[in-house]
Amino acid sequence: MPKPVIQVASLTKRFGSLTAVDGVSFAVPAGATVGLLGGNGAGKTTTISMLLGLLLPTAGTITVLGEDMLRHRHRVLPRMNFSSPYVDLPHRLSVRENLTVYAHLYGVRDSRRRIARMAEDLDIGRLLNQRTGSLSAGQKTRVALAKALLNEPEVLLLDEPTASLDPDTADWIRGYLETYRDRTGAAILLASHNMAEVERLCSDVLMMRQGRIVDRGPPMDLIRRYGRTNLEEVFLDIARNRKGAAGGGRSPAFEEASE
Amino acid sequence: MTPPATGNQARHRIRAPSGGLSVRRIGAMVLRHLYVLRGSWPRVLELAYWPTVQMVIWGFLTVFLATNSSWVANAFGILLSAVLLWDVLFRGQLGFSISFLEEMWSRNMGNLFVSPLRPIEHVLSMMAMSLIRTLIGVTPAALLAIPLYHYSVFTLGLPLVAFFANLLVMGWAIGLFVTALILRYGLGAENLAWFVVFLLAPVSAVYYPVTVLPDWLQYVAWALPSTNVFEGMRAVLMHGDFRPGLLANAVLLNGLYLGLGALAYLYSFRVARQRGLLLQVGE
Repeated sequence: MPKPVIQVASLTKRFGSLTAVDGVSFAVPAGATVGLLGGNGAGKTTTISMLLGLLLPTAGTITVLGEDMLRHRHRVLPRMNFSSPYVDLPHRLSVRENLTVYAHLYGVRDSRRRIARMAEDLDIGRLLNQRTGSLSAGQKTRVALAKALLNEPEVLLLDEPTASLDPDTADWIRGYLETYRDRTGAAILLASHNMAEVERLCSDVLMMRQGRIVDRGPPMDLIRRYGRTNLEEVFLDIARNRKGAAGGGRSPAFEEASE
Repeated sequence: MTPPATGNQARHRIRAPSGGLSVRRIGAMVLRHLYVLRGSWPRVLELAYWPTVQMVIWGFLTVFLATNSSWVANAFGILLSAVLLWDVLFRGQLGFSISFLEEMWSRNMGNLFVSPLRPIEHVLSMMAMSLIRTLIGVTPAALLAIPLYHYSVFTLGLPLVAFFANLLVMGWAIGLFVTALILRYGLGAENLAWFVVFLLAPVSAVYYPVTVLPDWLQYVAWALPSTNVFEGMRAVLMHGDFRPGLLANAVLLNGLYLGLGALAYLYSFRVARQRGLLLQVGE
């Protein structure tokens, strides 16, 4: 079975009396895409922030690529990357300048060729000399994805990677991420509100509510267990606490990695 | 758009992660700010504008006073040198703090601090940018003084380097405290970057000797590296006397304040990571 590259145990984050993440445990094996689903305030962004080291947990452990993220995050960060519509690149820099700076920060060899490759892959070649602040939301999302893939990360954390994209481009990006994952064996943790996207990309899903993982499993298994026809209906059942599902249905790899 | 290449076709390698400080990453951050300056000539102009205007105003005032005051006539250049060196402190602090604020204004902190960039490397890059911005700011003013007033601050010689370095380092120390407060309290504390240095101006003995101050305030003044620098500057200009004791005081005080500033910054960074402030920054 694939070795887990992300291992989270009893992760907890409290802000004063508010418990944003409450004893969460999960694992993501190499070559898998795991979806983190939940309503607003469920704890998805807080969880991702702790995985990245932007936020210190109150309790629990995070191991990424075999390293304790709380003690040795700088050993792992060159092999990770992240994209979120809630974080920007400097607006006054051109796309090429931004990608050059981040290529240097991540220690990318032959950064010019890599940037050219990413520009071709993500169809941002004609944007390279434009100021990042002048781009449309969809163009910014593609540039942010180029930044996130510059160092060809083994662990990729994506917060709504297709937000603001038209359906055609969003579909292409999903295909790109699938191919990237299959080619590199990268582990992807994906937070998204797009259920169709999660169904397509994710081998397993973590359903969060009020800081806890309330259910988990492969999308089709969750749909079957909840007696629904798609993941969106399952999401609504869980978000509204309408009914539970019987039994567990985690995929074997996910099951093993989570233990 | 093309799919990601397979196999070895597009396989690239990242450099092996360095265990300690990385000059490459510090250089990347300096490059990031140089791109901003390169892309905006008004910003470069603004850097040089105020020091030059100040120098011109104070220069003509000095010319006037020199013909009416034997004290000024005996030490022509004291006011001009004071104006230029004061700007080193102000620009040094501002150059440091602005580099930090640029990241907050552009909501880039989340990207920066999930990259391999370490906080200490970020601080060193801000120091480098502070030096660059200060040189861009004060060099034109210093050069313009030569044809306008037949006075060159460079006649101070080697002591000028010591004065410049100490004021720049003091600017960094203040910048560290300012950025620590901005990290902790967000952009609501942004204005500190613009005015905090001026709180120290009256007790830094920039334009007058420290003995002008009340006795009790002189104790405060001597606790500032800037006071030691400006007293040292006057000793050189008026008596041709370089006083190593004053320089040693300035260096020791700067070491103390820089250390305290670094602790304040690292503490605020930790608090920001505890409270999730790194993702909340921005306008």
